[in-house]
Amino acid sequence: MSAFDAHRAIDAVWRIESAGVIAGLVRIVRDVGLAEELAQDALVAALEQWPQSGVPDNPGAWLMATARHRAIDRVRRDARLARKQEQLGREIEVERQLAEPDLDAALDDDIGDDLLRLVFMSCHPVLSTEGRVALTLRLLGGLTTSEIARAFLVSESTVAQRIVRAKRTLAEARVPFEVPSGAERETRLASVLEVIYLVFNEGYSATAGEDWLRPALCEDALRLGRIVAELVPQEPEVHGLVALLEIQASRSRARVGPSGEPIRLLDQDRGRWDHVLVRRGLAALERAERLGGALGPYALQAAIAACHARARTPAETAWSRIAALYDALAELAPSPVVELNRAVAVAMAFGPAAGLELADQLVSEPALRGYHLLPRVRGDLLEKLGRVDEARVEFERAASLTRNARERELLLARAQASR
Amino acid sequence: MRVMILLKANEDTEAGVMPGEQLLTEMGAYNEELVKAGVMLAGEGLHPSSKGARVRFSGSERSVTDGPFTEAKELIAGFWLWQVKSMDEAIEWVKRCPSPHEGDAEIEIRRVFEAEDFGDALTPELREQEERLRAQSAAQQ
Repeated sequence: MSAFDAHRAIDAVWRIESAGVIAGLVRIVRDVGLAEELAQDALVAALEQWPQSGVPDNPGAWLMATARHRAIDRVRRDARLARKQEQLGREIEVERQLAEPDLDAALDDDIGDDLLRLVFMSCHPVLSTEGRVALTLRLLGGLTTSEIARAFLVSESTVAQRIVRAKRTLAEARVPFEVPSGAERETRLASVLEVIYLVFNEGYSATAGEDWLRPALCEDALRLGRIVAELVPQEPEVHGLVALLEIQASRSRARVGPSGEPIRLLDQDRGRWDHVLVRRGLAALERAERLGGALGPYALQAAIAACHARARTPAETAWSRIAALYDALAELAPSPVVELNRAVAVAMAFGPAAGLELADQLVSEPALRGYHLLPRVRGDLLEKLGRVDEARVEFERAASLTRNARERELLLARAQASR
Repeated sequence: MRVMILLKANEDTEAGVMPGEQLLTEMGAYNEELVKAGVMLAGEGLHPSSKGARVRFSGSERSVTDGPFTEAKELIAGFWLWQVKSMDEAIEWVKRCPSPHEGDAEIEIRRVFEAEDFGDALTPELREQEERLRAQSAAQQ
């Protein structure tokens, strides 16, 4: 094997194994920053040795064993240097763990549990949202700092800083490496799902910049969602979230026109939807519903997306069902954005006048003051009602509010057309 | 990126010999690992080519040949559709697959063409690739 081939193979192994290795190390050293450093040391050792020795049969176990030896060395050395009571305590703890005769077997069995603990830790509410996202992508998504920076349109040093700060916060807050239980579990799980959804949305609809779509982030989020779904398969909302992401991702190909302009759902060529993802989305939704989670916030949104996915043509869309699902969603998680979507569904089910009545009630809503979709929806409905002058004002207003360059062009074109 | 993993047929799969219990168990565990890693999108095993058919195109003519077809090594016995980060990741996963038949076996990895997904945001590399493909197919006509 040439050194170049070996490096490519090591990269791939790292991509597959790093999250599990780091998770296993956090369990031993109880510190995310140190665990990641040790894992990196093991990676360096692999880069030195594998080009000569070849990739071992079980590369994950090799990396873990190497990192564990470094962990012992490190903890012993630190304890010798500092002689701090706490570190001596940690040394004793590590020695105790390493003395367990069936440690290897235990590691294999617990890898899923450790991963889940790491998921909950990386998405801990004590961290800033940005910190959670960066740490999750780095530790669990296997992304490099520079990949995260490119995806989020920030500098590499900003991402590095977010990660350092997040690790420090976790250490200072003494966040335990555990799967939360009881009442805490629900809010902690919600935080995990939120991080995944944020990453997906960042890719699905870039909030700034020229590109409408940054598909790699959507793929990362989907992959994380699928992994978490198998780590907590009994949690219906995880499947609800995965269903929502799969169905939304199924439209990626169809939602951008040849010159990069966005194409609205009802105007999309449904033949270009990705039917593998549609099928996976519908299956995940069924799983959520079977677990009694049909009324969870993500499952409801997925059910709405599924109504569109099941309709072979826009005319076949079950709008009254969608309006009812939005009713349920508005009750569960009241928000002006949900109300706006409900207005759209009502307009489709019961006519533009009924929808406009709902949308008009949102005009004074402070949360929607800078939100481009409100004037866009009102523009749509006014246009359908033949009130073109009012519609034009709304489209122009929407164009001035959107941060997406291509969407702005599209809205200005519509304003032009309603003259 | 997406890859299609093609498991080549051999005399046994073409003869309709079903995999033994041990292989089924190992394959089950492997598939579970793929699902847990978020890699697996779809996958199926295929009946022998004796239950298949081929349609040949020649101008406006269409002629149908029923299976079985010869040259087992050129035939497909099963496939997976995976979502991976790189071709190297796909190779690494394939290496971890239990040996699919008695004796020699071959698994082929093919990238699924997704350039159109990128719309106008085609990277220069992909754009160049597409243009190269167009030039090649034009040259072959």
